[in-house]
Amino acid sequence: MSDNHNSAGGVPTTGHLWDDDLADYINQPPKWWMLGLTASALWVVIYWIMYPAIPLAINGTYFKGFGLPGSGQWTAIKELAADQAELDAVRQPYEDKIKTMTPAAILADDKLSEYVTRSGKVLFSDNCAACHGQNGVGTIQAGKFAVREQGLMAPVLLDDDWLYGGKIDTLYETIANGRQGMMVAHKDSLTAQQIDDVAKYVKAMSDAGKAAADGDAAVAAGKKVFAESDCTACHGADAKGIQAMGSANLTDKIWRFDGSLEGIKQTITYGVNSGDANARVAIMPVWLKKDEQGHVVSKLDETAIKKLAVYVYKFGGGQKEDVAAAPVAAPAEAAPAPEAK
Amino acid sequence: MSEPVKKTGAEVGSVTGIYNEHIEWTTNLGDKTIHAKRAPGRFRTLKYITESFWLIFFFGAYLRWNGKQALLLDVNNRQFHFFNLTILPQDIWMVSLLLLLLAMTLFAVTSVASRVFCGYFCFQTSWVDLFTWIEEKIEGNPNKRHKLDAAPMSAEKFRLKATKHLIWIVISVFTGISFTIWFEDAFVYWHDLTSFHLSMMEMVTLAAFTVGTYVLAGFMREQACLWLCPYARIQAVMADSQTILPAYDLLRGEPRGKLRHAGKVVEQQGDCIDCFQCVQVCPTGVDIRDGQQLGCITCGLCLDACDSVMDKIGRPRGLIRYASLDELEGRPVHKLYQHPRTWVYIGIIILALGGIIYGLAHLGSLTLRVAPERQPLFVRMSDGSIQNKYTFKVLNKTDKDLNVKVSAEGGVKGQIIVDADKTQLVHHGKAAGFTVFVKAPGENVLEEATKVEFRVENVDNPAMAAEYSTVFNGPKR
Repeated sequence: MSDNHNSAGGVPTTGHLWDDDLADYINQPPKWWMLGLTASALWVVIYWIMYPAIPLAINGTYFKGFGLPGSGQWTAIKELAADQAELDAVRQPYEDKIKTMTPAAILADDKLSEYVTRSGKVLFSDNCAACHGQNGVGTIQAGKFAVREQGLMAPVLLDDDWLYGGKIDTLYETIANGRQGMMVAHKDSLTAQQIDDVAKYVKAMSDAGKAAADGDAAVAAGKKVFAESDCTACHGADAKGIQAMGSANLTDKIWRFDGSLEGIKQTITYGVNSGDANARVAIMPVWLKKDEQGHVVSKLDETAIKKLAVYVYKFGGGQKEDVAAAPVAAPAEAAPAPEAK
Repeated sequence: MSEPVKKTGAEVGSVTGIYNEHIEWTTNLGDKTIHAKRAPGRFRTLKYITESFWLIFFFGAYLRWNGKQALLLDVNNRQFHFFNLTILPQDIWMVSLLLLLLAMTLFAVTSVASRVFCGYFCFQTSWVDLFTWIEEKIEGNPNKRHKLDAAPMSAEKFRLKATKHLIWIVISVFTGISFTIWFEDAFVYWHDLTSFHLSMMEMVTLAAFTVGTYVLAGFMREQACLWLCPYARIQAVMADSQTILPAYDLLRGEPRGKLRHAGKVVEQQGDCIDCFQCVQVCPTGVDIRDGQQLGCITCGLCLDACDSVMDKIGRPRGLIRYASLDELEGRPVHKLYQHPRTWVYIGIIILALGGIIYGLAHLGSLTLRVAPERQPLFVRMSDGSIQNKYTFKVLNKTDKDLNVKVSAEGGVKGQIIVDADKTQLVHHGKAAGFTVFVKAPGENVLEEATKVEFRVENVDNPAMAAEYSTVFNGPKR
């Protein structure tokens, strides 16, 4: 396109001379290159307007750029929406099914429960993990907390000990409607000695089993207090708790709150949600709220709660419909038979 | 390719010598079409035989085995079928060994006998040979072809050229089809092709291979060997003075000259009668008498040509023959096995081959991977037992869906696998993931980590199984 300005000899100089003999060639870039540069500069302006780099207020609304013919006006947010739509289309058949199914039916369907396990993980991490811990491991509060706050902040969801029951429908109910633990304070009804005795007895029941604790003379005083005061009204004569009330099973190895002797005494003395300033707090919030027209107004809807129920069930502690609990089949050689729930 | 190099003693080997020689070099830039003569002979026959290896490329994919394509590189489904064998991406490490094997075979052969691949097997050589064979059948011998090329366009020239190009294109299309059917079912592909239902990918592949074959074998020819092919460039480092290659016996041939001059036999002359037969038969148009060079694909056709001339003039064969540089320059010739480099190549070949055989013998039909749950490592249950959670990944390499059952060996005394009776469906060619809980009485969990080996086995055929060793986690002691 252009002449070669670099021919030997005849290249003109700017006419300036430095240090006697230093001169500056006038050596134009090739014409095609200059045209390319100019065209690029023009394209920058066009692109800047079309993109648009700066939103211009035109006709009372923002100028959204021209867009290339047929291409629409690309924006990152539109691309995101398109990607999400693609993802939603994959999920839709599953979501539609879940909407009409009961949690138990979802659990029974291998494919769906696999799907729910994955989306449930996100829901759980966003909504539940703050108290129950990531993966439901529970959050233990120690040292720096007040005594009444020490121990588990919320129950571990991985084990098979359930205050209100571990069946799939019960789990759904617990998440949807919430739960509030209730244990009265005993600081007025029992003496410090009685509280001390009964705490030792309760701890022995957990450590060695109820039968062993009953036969242990060292905690006989506590056994007497347990049987004669109001303990059995909620925890039952067998101390295994009543799920309808949400009272704890005192004979197993799982502690809802602090399981140390001090912790047990704290719980007995001040109760749970008893109104006492030192009472332990055990509140599962209500996750499903509806207005008067029946519209869901809470953060989670029924579908999300179904997913969470299945997700929590599959942590490993979920209880099947027909079996009250799934105890370990005690192997013959295993030493003392573990307490059945 | 060039005139004989006139070596002026003192300068040979020096830097200035190289640049002085440069003046005498000529470079084949493809401005003149090479129409090589087809002369019969031993190496010509050998070349026909070795080139027919490519018949497998054209027809191998039609072979059926148990109602399926016997040889199928099913990239779409990430499965590779060889008769009864199915190889999944998990076993693809064997491909690296296969590539190593092929490369080392190439190196070993080249170190012994120079560019055997180029001369006898290469697709470029083979397809060019086929294309020029067709050209000769249609347009006649090289002289006629040169004349036809130079002649102005006429009805006859157009007829000949059109016929030739049509046949070339048909072969090119078949090359494209034959390539594609190695990657999908051949008969399905033909059905799709004849009903114009090829996918975009299939059409692009077919078009690329058709155009590629037509251009490379029809027009580029030796230019591809000279200027496109990397192997042509690296062969110099694989050959050494022990390597045998088609070579001109300089001592015997020079000084070259016409057999008769003015009706008399010229005395005191070398065996080369400067008949240029070796140049005329050369598919890349080199003059072998200049010595080994980039353009030589060591196909041996000049040996045939020279031998037939030697027979006619009553001189012994082998003026041009497979010979090593040592032999030509009168140095002691080593035995074939006295070549350490070849032995190194062969050693690597054996290792790679051993690896592949091991791999194929241990493919198995199931593979198992078990990942213990990381958070939490274990859960204490209400009765004091310890529960571990494991994520199982079972890969089914067979071509049938299987139901598998989980069992365990070792681990903690009295452990039970929750729902051990439950079978898990694993689809063929797929990896299935499922969760398994294992519970053990707390008092039996004596170590923080107890070794346990899980086993999954096909419910219908317990011999089909896979194991994986992992640990059962417990509390600190």
